Amino acid sequence: MAKRPRGKTGKNRGSALDKNFGLADTETKMQLSGNSAALESFPASLVDLRRGDAAILDGIDLPRDDARRLMELGFLPGARVTAGMSAPGGDPRVFQVDGSEIALRRETARRLRVRPEAGPARDRDPRRG
Amino acid sequence: MSGCSDCHGCGTAPVLAFPAATPARTVAVIGPPNSGKTTLFNRLTGLRQKVANFPGVTVEQHTGVAALPDGRTVQLIDLPGVYSLSPRSEDEQIAHDVLTGQRADTAKPEAVLLVLDSTNLGRHLMLAAPILALGLPTLVILNMADDLRKRGGKLDLDALAAELGAPVALVSARRGEGLGQVHEFLAGVMPKPAPKELPVLQDVPKCRAWAGKVSGQAAYRPPIPPKWTRRLDAVFLHPVAGPAIFLVVVLAVFQTIFSIADPSKDAIDRLLQISGNWIAHVLPASPIRSLLLEGVWKGVGSVIAFLPQVLCLFLFIGILEDSGYLARAALIADRTMARVGLQGKSFIPLLSAYACAVPAIMSTRTIENKRDRIATILIAPFMTCSARLPVYALIIAAFIPNQPLVGAFLSTRTAAMVGLYALGFAMAVATARVLKSSVLKSGRTPFLLEMPSYRWPTVQSIGLRLLDRSKVFLRRAGTVILLVTVLLWGMAKVPAHNGHAPEIADSLAGAVGRTIEPVIKPLGFNWKIGIGLITSLAARETIIATLGTIYGMEGDENSPGLQAALHHDLTPGGAFALLVFFAFAMQCISTIAVVRRETGGWKWPAFQFTYMSVAAYVGAFIAAHLIR
Repeated sequence: MAKRPRGKTGKNRGSALDKNFGLADTETKMQLSGNSAALESFPASLVDLRRGDAAILDGIDLPRDDARRLMELGFLPGARVTAGMSAPGGDPRVFQVDGSEIALRRETARRLRVRPEAGPARDRDPRRG
Repeated sequence: MSGCSDCHGCGTAPVLAFPAATPARTVAVIGPPNSGKTTLFNRLTGLRQKVANFPGVTVEQHTGVAALPDGRTVQLIDLPGVYSLSPRSEDEQIAHDVLTGQRADTAKPEAVLLVLDSTNLGRHLMLAAPILALGLPTLVILNMADDLRKRGGKLDLDALAAELGAPVALVSARRGEGLGQVHEFLAGVMPKPAPKELPVLQDVPKCRAWAGKVSGQAAYRPPIPPKWTRRLDAVFLHPVAGPAIFLVVVLAVFQTIFSIADPSKDAIDRLLQISGNWIAHVLPASPIRSLLLEGVWKGVGSVIAFLPQVLCLFLFIGILEDSGYLARAALIADRTMARVGLQGKSFIPLLSAYACAVPAIMSTRTIENKRDRIATILIAPFMTCSARLPVYALIIAAFIPNQPLVGAFLSTRTAAMVGLYALGFAMAVATARVLKSSVLKSGRTPFLLEMPSYRWPTVQSIGLRLLDRSKVFLRRAGTVILLVTVLLWGMAKVPAHNGHAPEIADSLAGAVGRTIEPVIKPLGFNWKIGIGLITSLAARETIIATLGTIYGMEGDENSPGLQAALHHDLTPGGAFALLVFFAFAMQCISTIAVVRRETGGWKWPAFQFTYMSVAAYVGAFIAAHLIR
């Protein structure tokens, strides 16, 4: 990935992106980052990433075998995951991880907890850039 | 010794004497999905391949013979693509069992060719750990060297080999680069691997850390992301253009399969007619001639006529799959398919089933989730296959006057045809919903779809695939239909009267027709239709040939004589019932055979046959009473 790390609060989502990932398409799910009150809380799972966003994988809330399968594909705790293109409507979405592109359904992506890039892994601590 | 058939007493001892003249070493080819493993296998073996199923499971076993430059040969086994050897899926179980010599039907390989994608070495190296831990001589093949080079990646091969304690070859299977090293390994003294260290195999993060360390030691510089793949995805997965392109691709596949159907069928029919005439000319009139012409020629013909369509379909699937578009199509289709409880990968098989359920069911192999795969197999025969087409055409032409419905665009007959297609589709959807919310409810296995980089498909890989498919198709389906046709021919000829074949009504076939008449009477069918229903169990379109024989005329769907004769035997209600019956019933022995093969037993084909028969009977009964 030739993409530089971005601001973690999602304030300028949609701009300053890798030019291959233009604006996110019509999605309304990112309510939590739309106002300043929500700046504190970073998206909690892969579902909350919009196209071009990157985050660090924190954990997988899935049964052991399923989690293992995901880990074999590169979804390891600590791995940098970037949200990519998606099917129309945003589900399933392609995620770039460990040199591969893997599509996950929303129901699965929801189970993959993430934290912002950079900074130690202190789960969802309020943190500003 | 179990699992060690070629030598005696080697046991666990290291390979001591290596007989240079041993004719056939067995070597396994393994690698993660999308590593180009099959391309390499095709490169090494060419046409000397065999496809079979591992007994008892749905996993295909590809074996082939690689000829070495010195004239010797090596037997190669292409194992399924796996991410690890921990046996969770059927594929991983097979790979694990073959490599550890636990399958009685497959000799334990002497060595392993481990194929990894050099453009994604970090992750792919994870598979090297369990493979090297087996202790079998291993050549680590880093494939896609051309991609790596083009995108500016590189690594130190010697350092990697030292780290892994195994020889490493950088190849491009697509271009045939670096195959010399593979041949050298296969021909030479294959040393056991001696990796510097191996991680705890059960621990995925540790395996990944190990892989990262090894690739770091080899000064691996990953290539920049594939520019073209990103650019193409921006188009193919565009919120508006993506689905539009998807629709165009689907329609093009659909249209081509249909447009190739008629001319190819005509051409093959003509060929059979010419050769049939020749036989009629050469052989004296005898039961043998009659068997050949009416039994074998018609039987073989009804199968071969579908071959061009099957090949056309697999040509498309091959191009779509090898280029990488199929994964994108599955992604786009996933949400729609999810509504009926299926997934994106079910889409292509279901589309294929419009041509023929047999290749469609074979193409469900791309679905890894077993329950989704079985559900797809079970509903595929509801899609209106091309064998139903001639039957629909005959009955619609006989019973529905051709009148314009919506100007010049839609006539009554076309509307009827479209209605029948919709009927089959609706039944498939309803069935999928029922199955997926009951017996085939998927656990919470997440849907994972790897998006490979776009690549040009190679002629060799697609050609070999087509060859494979035609062999499987002709062998599996051809034998069954041939047998049934010959059997039927026999039943129509006995008991003989004064050395002559009996009237069809008095023959064994006629007797069978009369026996089932009470059962089908409520549907508005008489014994003649009954014989047709029985013969069409072998293949749907056989009913036309059968009715043709019964009415003593040529079984050609356009023959006005046959249409007129049908009017005597069927009321409009009966005709509608017959159409519905054909829409729902599983009258296709090839499909039953292929379902048995793909699901590894009789359970699912028996269930499917029963379910579809009941649906057909009930549907036809309702239809017969809707129209009087």
